[in-house]
Amino acid sequence: MQDTLFYLFAALTLVCGALVILNRNPINSAMFLVLSIASMAGLFVLLHAFFLAAVQVLVYAGAVMVLFLFVIMLLDLKEEQRRKINLFGIVTGGVSVLAIGAIFWGSISGAVFPSGTARPDGDTALLGHLLFTSYALPFEILSVLLLVAMVGVILLSKRDLK
Amino acid sequence: MNIDLNHYLAVSGALFCLGLLGVIMRRNLIVIYMCLELMLNAANLALVALSHFNGILDGQIVVFFIITVAAAEVAVGLALIVALYRKRQTAHVEDLTAMKL
Repeated sequence: MQDTLFYLFAALTLVCGALVILNRNPINSAMFLVLSIASMAGLFVLLHAFFLAAVQVLVYAGAVMVLFLFVIMLLDLKEEQRRKINLFGIVTGGVSVLAIGAIFWGSISGAVFPSGTARPDGDTALLGHLLFTSYALPFEILSVLLLVAMVGVILLSKRDLK
Repeated sequence: MNIDLNHYLAVSGALFCLGLLGVIMRRNLIVIYMCLELMLNAANLALVALSHFNGILDGQIVVFFIITVAAAEVAVGLALIVALYRKRQTAHVEDLTAMKL
């Protein structure tokens, strides 16, 4: 059962990820990105990371993608028209992606990994405890970062940038 | 066959490659941005899988931080794109060559 679900969610994530790239219309790309992120939340559930699955759906598929769609519709982006294909870019891009894929493949297929969990993870209470004890300082820094981002966005969206 | 860490890391690597391909190939600024999100998500998947199979929760905390930073980054980046669009009336990378020699 779990194996079937893994293959289902993994295939859905990868296919939707590929469709994000292949679609010419930005709105279709955004919709497939939502699907890809939602199926990745399914993978998180399979990994017993229930809290992160919920956060993934709420923050990514909810807030971030609404922001994307809002900007796409605000800018009124049309379908990308076909332009002269940059052969140099495609060749260098393809080669670098193939090289990185080969590095990943080499490091994954040869290695021996630990299998099985030492303790039941995914406990949200444990996660919250860890977040507010040993990771309290990064947490506070992150809240300042969010404030800085908010101020920056307000400044950037003023009509006359000085 | 049992699903182990290799399977999750393979999915994560494939997704990262897809995102990188999109960043290099696509010419629309917003689509490039979405592909960046795809790459961040691939890293998140690898971190959650590693944290699960090693039995420590620190990886999940890092993923939590990454999601927060990504949300802030998306807000700032989209504001930049909108400001750029207001000045240049385009979101196409080949029209934005002011820094080209």
